[in-house]
Amino acid sequence: MDRTPIDSAGAGKGSFKSYAIGFTLSIVLTVIAFLLVMQGGGLPRLAISFGIFGAAILQMLVHLHYFLHLDTSSTARWNMLALLITLLIMILFVGLTLWIMSDLNYRMM
Amino acid sequence: MTIDSSTFSVVSSGEFEHPDTIENQAFGFWLYIMSDLVLFATIFAAYAVLGHNYAGGPTGKDLFHLPYTFGETMLLLFSSATYGMSMLAMNNNRKDLVLRWLFITFLLGLGFLAMEISEFHHMILDGNGPERSGFLSAFFTLVGTHGSHVAFGLIWMAVMMGQTIAKGLSAPVQSRLIRLSIFWHFLDIVWVGVFTIVYLMGVM
Amino acid sequence: MFGKLSLSAIPYHEPIVMGAVIGSILLAMVILVLITYYQKWTILWKEWLTSVDHKRIGIMYIILSLVMMLRGLADAVMMRSHQALSAGMSHGFLTPDHFSQVFSAHGTIMIIFVAMPFLVGLMNLVVPPQIGSRDVAFPYLNSVSLWLTVAGAMLVMVSLGVGEFSKAGWSGYAPLTELKYSPGTGVDYWIWAFQIAGIGSLVTSINFLVTILKMRAPGMTLMRMPIFIWTVLCTAVLMVLSFPVLTVALSMLTLDRYLGMHFFTNTLGGNMMMYVNLFWIWGHPEVYIVVLPAFGIFSEVVATFSGKPLFGYTSMVFATMAIMVLSFSVWLHHFFTMGASPNVNIFFGITTMIIAVPTGVKVFNWLFTMYRGRIRFTTPMFWTLGFIITFTIGGMAGVLLASPPADYVLHNSLFLIAHFHSMLISGALFGYFAGYSYWFPKATGFTLNEKWGKRAFWSWLIGFYLAFIPLYVLGFMGMPRRMAHYDILAWQPYLIIAAGGLAVILIGVLCQMIQLVVSIKERHIARDLTGDPWDGRTLEWAMASPPAIYNFAATPEVHGIDAFADMKEKGIAYVKPDRYQDIHMPKNTAAGFVNGVLSFIFGFAMVWYIWWLAGISALGMLVTVIIRSTDDNTDFAVPAAEVERIENLRYRELANAVAMPRLTGDQAMP
Repeated sequence: MDRTPIDSAGAGKGSFKSYAIGFTLSIVLTVIAFLLVMQGGGLPRLAISFGIFGAAILQMLVHLHYFLHLDTSSTARWNMLALLITLLIMILFVGLTLWIMSDLNYRMM
Repeated sequence: MTIDSSTFSVVSSGEFEHPDTIENQAFGFWLYIMSDLVLFATIFAAYAVLGHNYAGGPTGKDLFHLPYTFGETMLLLFSSATYGMSMLAMNNNRKDLVLRWLFITFLLGLGFLAMEISEFHHMILDGNGPERSGFLSAFFTLVGTHGSHVAFGLIWMAVMMGQTIAKGLSAPVQSRLIRLSIFWHFLDIVWVGVFTIVYLMGVM
Repeated sequence: MFGKLSLSAIPYHEPIVMGAVIGSILLAMVILVLITYYQKWTILWKEWLTSVDHKRIGIMYIILSLVMMLRGLADAVMMRSHQALSAGMSHGFLTPDHFSQVFSAHGTIMIIFVAMPFLVGLMNLVVPPQIGSRDVAFPYLNSVSLWLTVAGAMLVMVSLGVGEFSKAGWSGYAPLTELKYSPGTGVDYWIWAFQIAGIGSLVTSINFLVTILKMRAPGMTLMRMPIFIWTVLCTAVLMVLSFPVLTVALSMLTLDRYLGMHFFTNTLGGNMMMYVNLFWIWGHPEVYIVVLPAFGIFSEVVATFSGKPLFGYTSMVFATMAIMVLSFSVWLHHFFTMGASPNVNIFFGITTMIIAVPTGVKVFNWLFTMYRGRIRFTTPMFWTLGFIITFTIGGMAGVLLASPPADYVLHNSLFLIAHFHSMLISGALFGYFAGYSYWFPKATGFTLNEKWGKRAFWSWLIGFYLAFIPLYVLGFMGMPRRMAHYDILAWQPYLIIAAGGLAVILIGVLCQMIQLVVSIKERHIARDLTGDPWDGRTLEWAMASPPAIYNFAATPEVHGIDAFADMKEKGIAYVKPDRYQDIHMPKNTAAGFVNGVLSFIFGFAMVWYIWWLAGISALGMLVTVIIRSTDDNTDFAVPAAEVERIENLRYRELANAVAMPRLTGDQAMP
């Protein structure tokens, strides 16, 4: 097999470096998040929430780029577009649902 | 030369697994993952809505043990890295290494699942099963849906180890390993959301 | 051993139901006997049930849809005739329980087992050839989708004779659908039929997304695709993003019913309103899923039978995409009255009104296409004209309903019923009928009888107005939907007219059945020899009718919109290639059919709490999938010599057809 399927799978090829960086960053971000909650008792609640959500989003991006090889290259373009559309819809569904349900909760329950 | 139109030549599809087919399969699978993202988003939304409906029962603070969750998280994260090693081995056509790393990934995933099942088991035994309250229904369903996906992934992984042994790293086998890779990494991404929103937020 | 199932599940004491059951069984037996008598079992198995050919799968989807339409219409007949009678002292001939099952089955069947299979069937028939492709991206998964849909339909059919169907409407609101208030098997049948068919739809959407995005012929850029392809693309996006929400909503209800959870219960922390929210997050995109392909069909039909390119191609594309995006943001208009604050209501009211605009753009584009065209009044064109007028009226009713204060008065009244039937019948159904008439010759090799087609159209159109205009009036008079009995006698005359309208529609259905029989009998006269009976503009008309298994011997090259019209103008439409190649096609497989059967057994077992059977059938499905994945012999090659033989036959027929006077649309009229 001269041409490995990964080249044609529409996603970039991995390398040891990419997995190593991704793995290390993920460990760091996970530890930060857990420490914030387990040891950050002094900090205001809002700050901790922002911290752990920020760490979560960053870690998801790390996974997407370093493990799933998502980038802006042309082979991954449809994948990226599909993901962006899906994310938009998820935000719409979840955001509007939370608004609707909290509004209903206030008036009806 | 006469050709009987009812007996066309049967050719092993290994020869005709065009790069196009593999790309289409990976893209199709990516789209399935997109639908799964919406699935999880919906369950997360339900969890957000029901998250404080304790019905007089226990809250997250009462139930969750963060060190335990940290352990689960490490198992799953390591398994993502080891699957990555498996893919690197596949690129280098090293069937033996592919199998070794797949097996390690499998064990790590199994460990994660075992920890999760154990957590559920204890909660149920304590009378804090999913039927106790809206919050617990949402918890068990969100975490349980992720866990069932992991379980399916493990079954798939076992099948792939079998296929790799039996057929080597043929084109269809590689194509499936790519798709399993997408699946497995995606499960870790969802877990990041789960431990953040359910466990970390739940304990605060 | 058999869970809750026992002989008492059969409704012996309900004569109407037993009549329907016995009738269905007799009909099924007649069909089985006929197949045996004509010795067609082998062909049925080898060439249809195990087929992965998109053309065959498309035909089977449409057959399923038409059969289920008869069942859905039977439910409609019962509702209309019962309501025409059950005024004041009279209580009609249906018990309230039975009436509830009838309207629940009617909605479920019409949306999930008539509209969805019809549109997916047409997608299957038309999309691959229209983009110059030989098949869809995943032929085996295509078969899986078909048989999952059939399994869901069979669950609904079986519920008639074994147990009962849901009484909670096609939308299944909690807490009525919770175990406490619906302890019988009805809601479970509804859940599993929906879920299983839903998985089929999700897989289909992924299939068509990959097909359209990755398998277009060289030269067919996105902005050169036929509009039907654009609408299918947007429909597939709607499906892939909305069906998971349905899966979750139904699964949570299932967990409540089977494991005692509290998602939508009214105690212990459940939130009943969340069911409504989640259901309609799916439910609204669903109605656009059902109507967008119909819009695409109308675009094709209008362009072909006006003899000119579709007006405003670019604006059509953007209008379609706008509808797709907006349809994710309007869902709350289905429950304005559930109690949200004015801010929430008006947000969704505004988005709902906005979404009418791109549809208006489309209507104008169709009208401008017809303006100064050389219009041929064929049956598909009739369906299109009937649609434009009726849909516009119904759409205006929709804009009225989009205003929350107005909706507070009209929600769940017959005004709403009239509105959405206007949309679904004149929009979706007329579109599918137009597509059916338009593409029938491509699929079968002969055209449908025009005379009976037009009779069917007029009956449907007149019948529709008679059946639903009275409902608009009744809505304003205050009559709610789903009423088994009423005391306001002033309503009755309108309901009698509506019943009469349905009778006229049934004449239309009869005309369609006669049309099919007559067309089959006259098929040798009405043979489509060229593959292009309508002087079409898009690539599917370049194939033979019916097409060879591989569609195109040589992949066409596309140089503009309306690729086939372009080729005909340049005189390169029927050029013979120099050489033929081997063509690789996927082999037929039983795996899709087996999976479908197992899913039916699984659904049935879950309904009746037969856990061991559910476990075995689920395991069986897993094993089938694994076995299929280990199969490396899934392709076969059509040898080049065979391709040449088939193509030579085609060219001979083309030559004969040119020598004979061709039946154009005009000549096809009586």
